[in-house]
Amino acid sequence: MRDAITELSAAAIRAKVAEGELSAKAVVETHLAMIEATNPRVNGLLTVCGEESLAAAERIDARVANGKKVGPLAGVPVAVKDNLCTAGVRTTCASKILENFIPPYNATVVEKLMKADAIIVGKANLDEFAMGSSTENSAFGVTANPWDLSRVPGGSSGGSAAAVAARMAPISLGSDTGGSIRLPASFCGTVGMKPTYGRVSRYGLVAYGSSLDQIGPMARNVADAALLLKVISGRDELDSTSVDRPVPAYEKSLDKPVTGLKIGVPVEFFGEGLDAEVESAIRRGLEVYKAAGAKIVDVHLPHTEYAVACYYIVAVAEASSNLARYDGMHYGHRTSETGDLVETFRRTRAEGFGEEVQRRIMLGTYALSSGYYDAYYKRALRVRRMITSDFEAAFKQVHAIAGPVCPTPAFKLGEKMTDPLTMYLSDIYTISVNLAGLPAISIPAGYSKSGLPIGMQLIGPVFSEGKLLRIARMHESSAGLADRRPAVVDGK
Amino acid sequence: MDVKLIIGMEVHVELDTASKMFCACSTSFAAPPNSNVCPVCMGMPGTLPTMNALAYEYSVRAGIALNCTIARYTKWDRKNYYYPDLPKNYQISQYDLPLAENGSFEYELDGETKRVRIIRAHLEEDAGKLLHEELTGYTQVDLNRAGTPLLEIVTEPDFRSADEVGAFARELRNTIRYLAVSHCDMQKGQMRFEPNINLHITADDGKVYKTPICEVKNLNSFRAVEGAITYESRRQLAEWETSGVTMATGNKVNRGWDDKKGHTVPQREKEEAHDYRYLPDPDLIPVELSDERLEEIRGSIGEMPIDRRRRFKAELGLNAKDAAALVEDKHLADYFEAAAAKSKLPEPTAKWVLNEVTAHCNEHDVRVADFPITPHRLAALVILAESGEISRAQGREIFTEMLTSEKDPVEIQQAKGFGQITDESALESVIETILAANPKAVEAVKAGKHQAIGPMIGHVKKQEPNANPKLVREMLLRRIQGM
Amino acid sequence: MAISQDEVRKVAKLARLELTDEQVHRFANQLGAMLDYVDRLKELDVEDVEPMAHAISLRNVFRPDAARESQGVEATLANSPASDPPYFKVPRVLRG
Repeated sequence: MRDAITELSAAAIRAKVAEGELSAKAVVETHLAMIEATNPRVNGLLTVCGEESLAAAERIDARVANGKKVGPLAGVPVAVKDNLCTAGVRTTCASKILENFIPPYNATVVEKLMKADAIIVGKANLDEFAMGSSTENSAFGVTANPWDLSRVPGGSSGGSAAAVAARMAPISLGSDTGGSIRLPASFCGTVGMKPTYGRVSRYGLVAYGSSLDQIGPMARNVADAALLLKVISGRDELDSTSVDRPVPAYEKSLDKPVTGLKIGVPVEFFGEGLDAEVESAIRRGLEVYKAAGAKIVDVHLPHTEYAVACYYIVAVAEASSNLARYDGMHYGHRTSETGDLVETFRRTRAEGFGEEVQRRIMLGTYALSSGYYDAYYKRALRVRRMITSDFEAAFKQVHAIAGPVCPTPAFKLGEKMTDPLTMYLSDIYTISVNLAGLPAISIPAGYSKSGLPIGMQLIGPVFSEGKLLRIARMHESSAGLADRRPAVVDGK
Repeated sequence: MDVKLIIGMEVHVELDTASKMFCACSTSFAAPPNSNVCPVCMGMPGTLPTMNALAYEYSVRAGIALNCTIARYTKWDRKNYYYPDLPKNYQISQYDLPLAENGSFEYELDGETKRVRIIRAHLEEDAGKLLHEELTGYTQVDLNRAGTPLLEIVTEPDFRSADEVGAFARELRNTIRYLAVSHCDMQKGQMRFEPNINLHITADDGKVYKTPICEVKNLNSFRAVEGAITYESRRQLAEWETSGVTMATGNKVNRGWDDKKGHTVPQREKEEAHDYRYLPDPDLIPVELSDERLEEIRGSIGEMPIDRRRRFKAELGLNAKDAAALVEDKHLADYFEAAAAKSKLPEPTAKWVLNEVTAHCNEHDVRVADFPITPHRLAALVILAESGEISRAQGREIFTEMLTSEKDPVEIQQAKGFGQITDESALESVIETILAANPKAVEAVKAGKHQAIGPMIGHVKKQEPNANPKLVREMLLRRIQGM
Repeated sequence: MAISQDEVRKVAKLARLELTDEQVHRFANQLGAMLDYVDRLKELDVEDVEPMAHAISLRNVFRPDAARESQGVEATLANSPASDPPYFKVPRVLRG
């Protein structure tokens, strides 16, 4: 083992730091050393907050030494996706247009992390503005999958997943608009949860598809994900769409199995295009539940085949409006070429945005433009309701729905870059969850023959995070998948 | 040939809230440039809008006063267009479900009641300000105003003259002020007008030609609105006469107003046709209005100025001019009503309020609310003045003293020894002297020229300044007629 | 292919993007393929379905009208690519 500290869970670090068994400074130093060793090969972090995190660690150690109380994430290093605003720390969204943008405010989740005494060690790479499924759309270089450096980590929260897998931090924050937490969690062998829409404040999350975006936790085990979710959840007066509802202590009742558990398996998720290795990993996962006494039944989500189409209208329409503000007038990149106002707008945006972002802005603009609004946007909003109704019907029969996260394990870097549509279809099983605003979690379900992690997705009704985490924990505690880790961690 | 002028109005009213519509920045007008700005109203990445409760309530009040149907379900939409005074490059507005629609509004012109139909009223956010730097060739941006709540009111094209629009605009301003939702200070841009103007020309052969609609942007005064309409009606007729352009052959145009030259000027057309790509704002939650809440807001709205004017005329017997002058300022009208209720003499009370009270307030830049003489004390003065015991000049002197003293008017009158002679016997000898000295005037009065009595009253007053002129007149007449 | 190069140029203008000829060509194909794919939504009968713009059914979320101190001019201009304090400086905007 290269370093015992970087193998510790967030819960264990917090316990040791709070007890004075381990200094927060030592925790941060070992993680910074791991970052130094692995990040050049993985490129999971765009910004490393070395000095700030050491200073924060010292403050926590001083408080522990003085017998003061410390927060629930005291001394725990966290990687934060670089579309979450951090006051005084560059927040780029992996875009040239925000290359030098330093927000004067923290995202609400960042405030909450700080209040919990977590230590932000770095800003994680992503697909530019969270638009992508592979983290190849970053303006600052692709992130490599720690399990196989020639493969993608998934996206768009690829940096957050890779950082956790590569032991740069035990936990991280990602954001999920169409699968952007769950897909990289699946590809990198970590746990990743997309909470119910409204569970976590979006204030300070740079918007992509505002009615779909949700921030969520990534971790190497279910308990850490629960701990982190508890810290970041709750109503925020700065986000009108955050829901005023009590936040349960998710991390406390995890080992209580769900009695009389009924899991639905959507027939539509096991059709054409599903990789055989992925399918057998999921089937094995279902066996684990069966063995624990759960009932497994077939359910139907008949509008699944429309989810990607629906998403690629709704998300991009919102994105075309959300990204209009990047025009080089009040902040961000402005073209150095002189011209009139319209030319400046157009050149600035052409220089600042990458190809995928431009493509989605184009599609979204088209879908909202006069003459097409009803045919595309409005119709998509109606289909969205139908997709949501499918889930509502299914949840009348079962507690949770289980299935794959992605049709395949991690694919090769560059493999899908030439054909956007093929790339979009990577999200076929995750996208409908965002359209319906549901919580869902990706947990490790097994490995392919070539050693690539495969994730299983568990989807629940709105605000069923507590139950979902317990169901996830049931699998984790009996599937016997622990103790594998990527070779890059050991310098290989 | 018959030419009909057709005008519809768009009016923007900045609501008088303490904070902006979607963030907690102040709406203060006087702040230095870019000082009332935060990450939300400058549209920084990741920031989110949160809806100001009072801005919504104010809009509902205005909607009720415009006799609109108030939407029980309303939502916010994004209107997308690029402009440097609009930091997000979309304006949060209302598209298909405005909070008020299908209303009507009455105003008066030359004693006649007119009515305009209201298409809709909706709430949106204002943009920042651009300042055009002539020297450097750059434009400066001040975002203080960005995000100020703005009520947009749209009328049907029911107006047929600049005078109608002027009367409507004044009535609307008074109404909005009565609702206390905006000060409508036009110099500060709190109320802005955009008339849509065209002509329907019936040629001698009976054919009707409609000229292209012209929207005149951002007019900041009643004079500008009236001037722009008058100018446009002439310009459009001349243009049609020379080019024959109509709605069918020409596009709608936007023009600006040159206040100095007194004419409209063409505005550079934006490059593309407008395509605002409206979409529901995913960051904002829809609003549902309950019956109870609506009735509560309805109940909080007092009498509107047009009704008050009518009441002042019908019930208090004021003339139209006085009623209008009083009602224009709600505080002044409130003051008047309180004084008139006490004096039971509405007409003279109105004169005192309109002459002395307003003169003092204007001269000393005092708000009516801070005027030192209470309505009840003024009423006492009006009663005293009307009793005929004091002269008008003495009344004014008492008024002046009351401004700085707590004494009641009768006390002041006694202290100053003011009192008109109302005892006939005390005046008899003076009357006789004057009659004897003015035989020509006496003859004239006898011959029916009653105006000849005026100078004689003056002569009496010169000798006996405290003489009550009414009594003097009566005595003179009686004596002459008895001759 | 469902979208012409002219249409791509029109949309690019609306979206304030300056595209190269090569991009116009590529986007015409790619957006066309996307629109072909999205066309499957037309198979569904959506007549009686209420559009769903929000994932949650919250109503009436308001903030009380209270003003707070703003961030100050310096912070406001700190990220601006060009300023002329206390103003932002942008290319000349012709009136209109």
